[in-house]
Amino acid sequence: MSTPLLGIDGPAAPPRDNGELVFAEPWESRAFGLAVTLHAAGAFTWDDFRDHLVARIADWERSHPDGECYSYYRCWLQALESVVADRGLVGAGEVAVRAGELAERPAGHDHADGADHGHGH
Amino acid sequence: MTSSINPDRLSPALRTEALEQLLTERGLVDPAVMDKFISTYENDVGPLNGAKVVAKAWTDPEYRARLLAEGTGAIKELGFAGPQGEHIVVLENTAALHNVVTCTLCSCYPWPVLGLPPSWYKDPVYRARIVREPRTVLAEMGLELVADVEVKVWDSSSEVRYLVLPLRPAGTEGASEEELTALVTRDMMVGVAR
Repeated sequence: MSTPLLGIDGPAAPPRDNGELVFAEPWESRAFGLAVTLHAAGAFTWDDFRDHLVARIADWERSHPDGECYSYYRCWLQALESVVADRGLVGAGEVAVRAGELAERPAGHDHADGADHGHGH
Repeated sequence: MTSSINPDRLSPALRTEALEQLLTERGLVDPAVMDKFISTYENDVGPLNGAKVVAKAWTDPEYRARLLAEGTGAIKELGFAGPQGEHIVVLENTAALHNVVTCTLCSCYPWPVLGLPPSWYKDPVYRARIVREPRTVLAEMGLELVADVEVKVWDSSSEVRYLVLPLRPAGTEGASEEELTALVTRDMMVGVAR
């Protein structure tokens, strides 16, 4: 097994106080950051965002593919996409097109943000 | 036909990256500001803030009174404020009453004092069951309450976030505020521990 990159103590230590890492995957922290930053910039009210989040969570609870685990940040991302679409900031189709382009990147590209790298060491 | 992308292949990681790119290109998100927010909530804001509030309330009766009368203002006195902390109500546990907090619709949580919520708090099962059968859920989480302790479940709303003020542990009469801070856990302040 590889050594954890972050020490248990010290300034780079993850917030063990909370008993767990705050974000399970890097994209979750980006989706969190986008919502908080847009809200701080006045792009939408938090109640607005919360309404979308409540609706996405209710959708998942009502029906989801067999065996799919609940992912809070997946609902969060869907809420974010729908609130920015509502506000006319970024259309839902635009996100899919851009994400599709990003999916076409050759393996081993050097832009690591949010990508799922399988290599270990 | 153009090469169509199966939407199932568009992982949340890709969609998030795409959204971030588009918002940044349009000048709607400043990546430096965003990184600061993320790092603040990953590293700086956590249950230690709430523990300091609780320990002060345990040692300073006047602060305790202010905290119970108007949580947000008393919490701000210690420098803790921000998103999801605009209206915090503090719930006092007593020998006869135990408070526990949930958010049945999503996962509203008092960020400035507790940081971001743990996964069990966001879980649909906790959110549904804690309302229906609080004693059973609390027992499963390790908190057995005797029958004569009343349990009150508080459902966070878009307006209100809750912080539980736990009972000061017995035998800590001589402890300093700092020593007491170390005894306060996140679970006590959500009400799944006592």
